[in-house]
Amino acid sequence: MSNGNYKLKAMLQQPERLTPGHRMCAGCGATIAIRAVLRGLHKEDHAVIGNATGCLEVSSYMYPYTSWEDSYIHNAFENAGATLSGVETAYKALKKKGKLKEGENYKFITFGGDGGTYDIGLQSLSGAMERGHDMVYVCYDNGAYMNTGIQRSSATPMYADTTTTPVGVNSDGKVQYRKDLAAIIAEHYVPYVAQTTLTRDFTDIHRKSEKAIYTKGPAFLNVCTPCPRGWRYPMEDVMEICRLAVETCYWPLFEVDEGKWILNYTPKQKLPIEDFLRTQGRFAHLFKPGNEHLIELFQQEVDKRWEDLQYRCNREE
Amino acid sequence: MSQEPIRERMSGNEAVAEAIRQVNPDVMPAFPITPSTEIPQMVSSFIAGGKVDTEFIPVESEHSAMSAAIGSESAGARTMTATSSAGLALMWEELLLAASNRLPIVLTLVNRTLSGPININCDHSDGMGARDTGWIQIYAENNQEVYDNYIQAFPIAEDARVHLPVMICQDGFITSHAVENINLLPDQPVKDFVGTYEPEEFLLNPGKPIAVGPYSISAYAMEAKRAQAEAMENAAEVILEVAKRFEEMSGRSYGFFESYRMEDADYCMLIMGSAAGTAKQAVDEMREEGKKVGVLKLRVFRPFPEKQIAEALKNCKAVAIMDRCESYNGNCGPLGSEVTAGLYRNKVNLEAVCYTYGLAGRDFTTTHVKEIFGALQSLVEEGKKIPHNQYIGLRTKK
Repeated sequence: MSNGNYKLKAMLQQPERLTPGHRMCAGCGATIAIRAVLRGLHKEDHAVIGNATGCLEVSSYMYPYTSWEDSYIHNAFENAGATLSGVETAYKALKKKGKLKEGENYKFITFGGDGGTYDIGLQSLSGAMERGHDMVYVCYDNGAYMNTGIQRSSATPMYADTTTTPVGVNSDGKVQYRKDLAAIIAEHYVPYVAQTTLTRDFTDIHRKSEKAIYTKGPAFLNVCTPCPRGWRYPMEDVMEICRLAVETCYWPLFEVDEGKWILNYTPKQKLPIEDFLRTQGRFAHLFKPGNEHLIELFQQEVDKRWEDLQYRCNREE
Repeated sequence: MSQEPIRERMSGNEAVAEAIRQVNPDVMPAFPITPSTEIPQMVSSFIAGGKVDTEFIPVESEHSAMSAAIGSESAGARTMTATSSAGLALMWEELLLAASNRLPIVLTLVNRTLSGPININCDHSDGMGARDTGWIQIYAENNQEVYDNYIQAFPIAEDARVHLPVMICQDGFITSHAVENINLLPDQPVKDFVGTYEPEEFLLNPGKPIAVGPYSISAYAMEAKRAQAEAMENAAEVILEVAKRFEEMSGRSYGFFESYRMEDADYCMLIMGSAAGTAKQAVDEMREEGKKVGVLKLRVFRPFPEKQIAEALKNCKAVAIMDRCESYNGNCGPLGSEVTAGLYRNKVNLEAVCYTYGLAGRDFTTTHVKEIFGALQSLVEEGKKIPHNQYIGLRTKK
């Protein structure tokens, strides 16, 4: 998982492109991920940052203050893909007409939560990917509509206790398993898709962000970003939860580069899923006596998907 | 007139496409919908044939069309799109954002009824449904007017006093597909008239980044809305200034509305869109019989020229207010509501009868116009009571 040229300490000395003073929660995985993605931008390049409505938007650009050093556009909840495709096309049009200065290069990155990406914004995202705009769509996946108060999304894991899948005598939490969005976007045959999260040295997310930003054409990053309010964990646990998501194979690290599926990390010893589930209050009911079978079903789903992913990554060219 | 006109014959859609070719905007995101589909098709052909260097974005929905237009215009590119009916309805959320972000996008609307029942023909329910979205709305009677309005749209929208999006409306099929004579302007005067788009602030401005679309708390949001309302008020004078400049170029004169044989009219029909042509024909025939009738054809619906309408009607005895749209408010259509409120506010007291006509493409003829004028006359002269909200050309039970 290490990359010879990458030094986290040195990277952290670079000027931040999302400045402090925003209103995101302490212990929020999304904020850490967004800063990591922005470190993938080369210093000399400008960027236009897009943003679907969500926690990140309402917390980072509250009039008259903005935390964004680059040009930034928020439009609505379901259309971050379409909005940035308009910005990117304007860039092409203005360049062609000689209206932009030579040597001034722009990159286009848009952020959306899982609500704005997996659900209400899926059509807009799919359209933008299929049309081939030179942009990166980054989903910060915290597995529910956190901004409106922890309602389930199609990214919410099975059995999670959310405010629209509350646990009760007739409910074990969310009934369905989660949608595999990275695979869905990979099936658009775009140049680059990757799934990542926060790792101790941030190498994986850094390398994938830089690659996504500097790959010509559309790219998609799906980043697992824990939410202390929705997942119910002490804020200092965010990095440990991400580690367990990877080590249990709940959130495998992989990329699809020009159609080739590549597994980036295989745990030496795959940990049982309860190690991940136990860290979060949203799964507390699974550890009550009599609910052992639910953890077993969860484990089966994780195993099945891990096998599917290995098959995709190992198949012959 | 500075230039010889180019005499042609074409449909309303072709006329708009021709204006687009002459303006050569930077970006056009669009999604096909009857009866506006021909416009993005024709622009795509211009691009394929090297006649314009516009970038076309073949979006996957009208919501994305307006979303991409907002992105593109914010980035600093002159941007336009086209749609009809359900397409405009799907854009609704984004129409509000285009206006509140003060983006001078131009949308050509080919008016078609809203579902249901699903129907592809003309009425004004799509445009009227968007009447409170903050867009300037300009309606046309025929292909000539929609061409002329389109060319005027960019200087109105982009004026620093306005900075609002503009909707250029024409009647589906009746105007958009019927081929009529038209006088086109040569390319260069149109290009000079429209000029280049030089926004003060935009996303792709190296060294001067901006942020668009903030969360705004109650302490700030109300002022933003008031500033937007003031921009709409300012649009009135800008629309007239641009019309004056357009007249100098083309010889064709435009205002908030056209007063047709209104000088001494006792009875007026206030109407919008292609049916104004029908009303004028009937008025000509009735004038032959010595009837004092006239037409007030509304061109600019937003901003709503309330004072000017009241002034134009103040010497009339009765007005028929014609809505090609049902408002489902139990009283009358949107024009009926706004015109009567305007008459009251301006202390102009005359008989005002609201009519709903032509929904979903129902025919509207000179016979209907004459019947309506007859009803107004018997209301005033014989005191014959008539309902103040009526349907024209409705099927009756046998």
